Amino acid sequence: MPILEVKNVTKQFGGLTALDNISFHVDEGEIRGLIGPNGAGKSTMFKNIAGFYKPTSGDIHYQGQSISGRKPHQIAEMGIVRTFQETTLFQEMTVFENALVGCHTRARTDLFSAILGLDKQKQRQAADKVMEVLEFMGLSERRDQLASELPLGSQRALAISIALVSEPKLMLMDEPFAGMNPEETNHMMELTRKVRESGITIVLVEHDMKAVMGLCNYLTVLNFGQLLAQGTPEEVRSNDKVIEAYLGGAN
Amino acid sequence: MNMLIRSIVGLIILIVLLIVPHFLEFHHQDLLIFLTINVLVVASYRLVTLTGEWSLIHAVMMGVGGYTATLLFLNYELGMWFTLPTAGLLSAAVAALLCFPLLRMTQFYFLIGSFAAGEAIRLVWIQFLDPFGGTGGLSGVSPPMIGDIDFMDPIPYYYLALTVVSICLFLLYRIEKSRVGLTLHSVHWKAPLAESVGVDTWRYRALAFITGSFFVGIAGALKVHYIGTITPNQYGIGFMVFILIWVIVGGYNKFYGPIIGVIVLTMFDESIRGFDEIRPAIYGAVLILSILFLPLGLESIPGKLKAWFIGSEVVEPPLTDE
Repeated sequence: MPILEVKNVTKQFGGLTALDNISFHVDEGEIRGLIGPNGAGKSTMFKNIAGFYKPTSGDIHYQGQSISGRKPHQIAEMGIVRTFQETTLFQEMTVFENALVGCHTRARTDLFSAILGLDKQKQRQAADKVMEVLEFMGLSERRDQLASELPLGSQRALAISIALVSEPKLMLMDEPFAGMNPEETNHMMELTRKVRESGITIVLVEHDMKAVMGLCNYLTVLNFGQLLAQGTPEEVRSNDKVIEAYLGGAN
Repeated sequence: MNMLIRSIVGLIILIVLLIVPHFLEFHHQDLLIFLTINVLVVASYRLVTLTGEWSLIHAVMMGVGGYTATLLFLNYELGMWFTLPTAGLLSAAVAALLCFPLLRMTQFYFLIGSFAAGEAIRLVWIQFLDPFGGTGGLSGVSPPMIGDIDFMDPIPYYYLALTVVSICLFLLYRIEKSRVGLTLHSVHWKAPLAESVGVDTWRYRALAFITGSFFVGIAGALKVHYIGTITPNQYGIGFMVFILIWVIVGGYNKFYGPIIGVIVLTMFDESIRGFDEIRPAIYGAVLILSILFLPLGLESIPGKLKAWFIGSEVVEPPLTDE
């Protein structure tokens, strides 16, 4: 059953068509790769799904419900969480506090119970959830370190932790492997698999072909805002149009 | 051990706060009351700035509280026990209405927008002689009498103000240290990341603005009950600039930064009273120097001293987001 359906989505910025009538769907439990050369529209696609952009036309369905035009926080509440390109973290906060922000929707608190201390039990549950996720991602020993002091690999793991704490059903990962050395990449691939095994569907935008081919069970290829090809990694790898797009029209 | 030191320091501060008015002359007792009220002004302003938005309307929101208390007192003879919370609630209500136009803007535009909205409110006070009394304002507000204690005297009123301000500071501190405070910080540092895990940034910016206005409204009521008069000019851009100076010189990364700022600068201002003509110049010079050499405010001094003694590098949080 598809968890995410993108139906004829077009996104224009002025005269530029960043996405041109794109349709695809993602089934529950997949690790889907969204790939393509620079400027293909991958990140734009992500922003449309996560509500940071509204499609010019077309519709996006999540669990059978239309979500295009909703606000990012509403979409996050429904269970779609995105992680960001580069390391977008709360650099000034500790690892624990970073992940705690992810509890926002699942353990909501309000001003009055915060002042009066009425939400103690909820806070404890939130803290337990955070520690469980940090444990899962191998960050529990760094819980009191500032996010800015972490090495790159741990920063990425923390970014995923923040997303995991919010208990998503669908995770959009924007270039989680960028700038990593082979060892960090391997570790990250392992973590990504673990996340999927915990029952979360993953869509990832990535340039690291080794990681993409190793992780994803199905690929969607974009080029210049158009859907170029879809298929298993093997199919895509031997697709002439894809080879041409990546190698730049070697006739 | 740490706990013990903290309790001792807390106890000393409490004792100093309680006995200090008895060692001051009348004029300084007056000043002490204004200082106490201004502590609440800067602490509540800090709550507004937690989301990263600096407004120029905080002084006016204090005025809203002041006018509310004044009108309730003059027209309905309602006592301070009623005017104080009502002033806070009305400031909060005005802030809530202003959220709709103002929070469409961020950063610099929000700053200017909030200034314009504040001036509009001030013009209402000036133009509508009835009930606001125009530029001359209103007078005749008096502090309460409880039994034999006349709060017209500075010392009883100081204790009253100290109690109210302490309760408010306690509440502000609880808010900042709670998950709500954490969310406000998250909206400041990386709004898109906060949104991506379900934080409605608009709501939290509104929450900070409204709650900050509530507390400064109470401060406005506290002030007018003591001085007895209120004019639109008391809450103009001049006072707003002072609030900004106190917060910036004190430092706004920690809860106590702005409070240190307002205390130190008030004492400094008083100590140069002898040099009346060049007083503003001295004040300005100190401000420039402190920004140059202590960009993170007075609150960063302990850390710097500590680092200097140990001989290590100072670890300071970055000034801006990126």
